[in-house]
Amino acid sequence: MNKVILIIKREYFSRVKKKSFLLMTFLVPVLFLGMWAGVIFLSIQDADTLTTVNVLDESGLFGTSLENSGSIHYNMVAGPVEQEKGNISQANNENSYLLIIPEDVREHQKVELFSSGNANLFTQEQISSQMNTILREFQLREAGIDVNLLAKIDPHIRINSMEITEVGERENHAGATMGVGMFASIIIYITLFIYGAQVMRGVIEEKNSRIVEIVISSVKPFQLMIGKIIGIGLVGLTQFLLWILLSGALFTAGGTFLGDQMPAQLENMAPPESAAMQNDMLQDVQQAMASIDFPYIIGTFLFYFLGGYLVYSALFAAVGSAVDNETETQQFMLPITMPLLFTYLMAFSVLIKDPNGTMAFWLSMIPFTSPIAMMVRIPFGVPAWELGLSMALLIAGFLLTTWIAARIYRIGILMYGKKVSYKELMKWLRY
Amino acid sequence: MLLIKNIVKEYANHKALDNVSFTVEKGSIFGLLGPNGAGKTSLIRIINQITAPDGGEIIFNGQTLNPDHISKIGYLPEERGLYKKMRIGEQMLYLAQLKGLSKPEAIKRIKHWFEKMDMQAWWEKKVEDLSKGMQQKVQFVATVVHQPELLILDEPFTGFDPINTELIKKEILNLNKSGTTIIFSTHRMESVEELCDHIVLLNKAKKIIDGKVAEIKNTYRNNTFTISYIGSQNREILPSENLYTLIKRRHLDGQTIDTLQVLEPYSINDVLSYLIPQVQITALREVIPSINDIFIQQVNNMNTLRHE
Repeated sequence: MNKVILIIKREYFSRVKKKSFLLMTFLVPVLFLGMWAGVIFLSIQDADTLTTVNVLDESGLFGTSLENSGSIHYNMVAGPVEQEKGNISQANNENSYLLIIPEDVREHQKVELFSSGNANLFTQEQISSQMNTILREFQLREAGIDVNLLAKIDPHIRINSMEITEVGERENHAGATMGVGMFASIIIYITLFIYGAQVMRGVIEEKNSRIVEIVISSVKPFQLMIGKIIGIGLVGLTQFLLWILLSGALFTAGGTFLGDQMPAQLENMAPPESAAMQNDMLQDVQQAMASIDFPYIIGTFLFYFLGGYLVYSALFAAVGSAVDNETETQQFMLPITMPLLFTYLMAFSVLIKDPNGTMAFWLSMIPFTSPIAMMVRIPFGVPAWELGLSMALLIAGFLLTTWIAARIYRIGILMYGKKVSYKELMKWLRY
Repeated sequence: MLLIKNIVKEYANHKALDNVSFTVEKGSIFGLLGPNGAGKTSLIRIINQITAPDGGEIIFNGQTLNPDHISKIGYLPEERGLYKKMRIGEQMLYLAQLKGLSKPEAIKRIKHWFEKMDMQAWWEKKVEDLSKGMQQKVQFVATVVHQPELLILDEPFTGFDPINTELIKKEILNLNKSGTTIIFSTHRMESVEELCDHIVLLNKAKKIIDGKVAEIKNTYRNNTFTISYIGSQNREILPSENLYTLIKRRHLDGQTIDTLQVLEPYSINDVLSYLIPQVQITALREVIPSINDIFIQQVNNMNTLRHE
């Protein structure tokens, strides 16, 4: 046991002390924050630049009804068409547009927008939304409907979906729940590969540098394998923990800094009539965040990350032991990557739509697929017995793959310069 | 010290060791010889408890071999190396602790060996920064740092340069003087003939020779001599019938050198009595077969037997 601890220590510290580990640990949260800040910054930038839209209204329906909103400025022009087009192309400014409203706009509901560069989708959206409102009001008035009365009659029902659980009713926020589930399963999918591959590379390195026989003359091959797996698993946990802490710190710091600018920014972006909706959304997001049981999700996430890691890294170790270099690993990687990839794809198509269906149930029970499948389901709520069974099966799966891997490993690490086939591996399992 | 009893090891499609038994005396230098694929490494891995035998038993210091013995054995495998990116000091410490030394004890011993081998400056260096020769010294220290009672060296001199070979030979002999039992495993017979007290020869999973080097050589002496003489330029000396058979004759600088085998019941003295009146003898030497010759002869015998 003491020797396993020595091995774990070496595997752990030799990786944690590496510059690349520190770089990854600090860079990833900074990159995340940077991306987030970048998106906000760019949208603020965009809002600040003025967009001029020259309007050539042949229908005469819109006239002065088009109001300057946000960053868009409307400018009525008289034509003729060719001259106006010329003006736009000469202006050579991506923020200058020419909007041509034909006479038959009511029948065909079609207008043309010219620009010297690519037309901004956001601008297009705003123009069409305003024109729709104007045209609608015009048609209502024509039909003799009181527009002001109609505006007052504006029902706006929000569904507050409640879930009846054993503890009582709790609010259900499908969107946020889905998001959290997807995020957790993506992270598990990626990290299983990252850390599994690290185990495999570690085994290949020991084999290639020919130290392995020296080490296993002191410890059992199984001790070396399990020590490596645990050591690298702890590196993964350390990295997660640091990421969570660092991102938390960075987002809090970044949030207070950007917080002052955010509401103003949102108002700028939104057309006035949908401001109420925006506020509702903000509220929803906040409520949804509050409704998510983070300690429960992080707890199960760590369990399924560790479980999945242990199931797969043992197999990765076995593959590493059976080959002489990384290029030879290809032939054995397929059976390892297939179930992961399959679950990953299923997670995004079937599981997310029907998190309590038959497919979801079975995928979250099988140890090879449960780490990803269960993480999609957990935010939606999973019965305790299912969670318990899935966890028990995952532990059983870990014991099974470790047993199989150990039998391949103890022979593989002493085989040099021999191309190994599946048939050969089966033989190793038996003796 | 070490009793190998009826060891059998089978792999899926062949037998690596077929009922092999021998004894290694305490304090001896023991040669485990045989061509590639004879089963030497399989046997050594069993002694090191890397693999388990399919049959038979090993007794170490009177006890059945068990994990407690790992710390008493030092092993330099044929396929050897070190962690390339790890610092030498840390690496030594790690390997010594794996052998069961406490950290302070390990540091003390490593420092002692580093001083002895003039390696003090290497502690912070990485293996990849050392030359091949330096790496070999590190490798050797890693094998002996826990003061093993039994030192097993598999093809120890392949890959070592001549200077390191001498240095390490010297250290091995020193260790042997202070009581360490040593097992050499090699297919290069000439390298161990001068070192070993006792040898076992393995071929095709079976033991074919077992004994003290001098005794084995004695057994394989076959009354063959080379004899050099001057005279009889014009007249060829003909071998006397019944006395000896001439195996080979060479002429060199006016001398004749005959290799001959004395026939029963005569002795070399009888051959001399026959030759002395005819020629002037300048040299006489018995042809003692080297372990290498014996080995080749035995292996060939086995092969022809198998073919017949």
